[in-house]
Amino acid sequence: MLTTLSRDRLTITREQDVVPCRNRVKEAAVRIGMGIVNQTKLITAASELIRNMLRYAGGGELLIEVVCKGRESGIRLTFTDQGPGIADIQLAMQDGYSTGKSLGLGLPGTKRLVNEFDLESILGQGTTITILKWKNG
Amino acid sequence: MDKIPILRMGTFLLVTIQVDLYDRLALNLESDLINMVHKTGARGVLIDISAVSIVDSFMGRILGNIACMTRVLDAETVVVGMQPAVAITLIELGLSLNGVYTALDVERGISLLQTKLGPNDELADDDADDTE
Repeated sequence: MLTTLSRDRLTITREQDVVPCRNRVKEAAVRIGMGIVNQTKLITAASELIRNMLRYAGGGELLIEVVCKGRESGIRLTFTDQGPGIADIQLAMQDGYSTGKSLGLGLPGTKRLVNEFDLESILGQGTTITILKWKNG
Repeated sequence: MDKIPILRMGTFLLVTIQVDLYDRLALNLESDLINMVHKTGARGVLIDISAVSIVDSFMGRILGNIACMTRVLDAETVVVGMQPAVAITLIELGLSLNGVYTALDVERGISLLQTKLGPNDELADDDADDTE
């Protein structure tokens, strides 16, 4: 059973929103006592996904949750946008694939940095990505 | 508008990044640095990221770009002071910073540059004096 202990909702519309968002994720990670390496992985993952939202969907919303399962605690981040959606998720999850001009590391790289990664996308309606990093994961 | 200062140390340029970079700031740094290399004829660039807690793929790409661009202008770039957690994250993300020289700290970065430039080059001998 996954329990949510706290919720924090942020709107991302501009490039300048990236840094404050990262700071809020960091605050949540520090609050549950996450170590520096896991913190860095989580914040980097968040940074990649926020950037994706801005680039491909013109912005979106980030939900930061402190969750726990038994004695384990973690941070769950949900990124929701109303962008064009992802046509081929399998392809998008491949290293080196990008429809933009980036390195194509964002999605597959992000998945490697966290413990749980879930992507749902409907063409023309938007994309929701949920990632979870356990404190000791 | 924020700006990241570029210090001149003899034939090298030193950039210490002490704020969280957002995209525009990073892109400005890229062009400022390239212009500065062109203007001063610097032979080496040291980018100190010891105060940077996050390097994502965008930031990594900027570092790679700076290294390539300065090389074309006959200057080598060394990224110094990367935090261990950042190194771990970068590699797991899949970004190995190929083509970018790295050193543990500024001092070792300087000696790496001096080795690369060979004994004929005039060595950096004065302290930081020029800011832009």
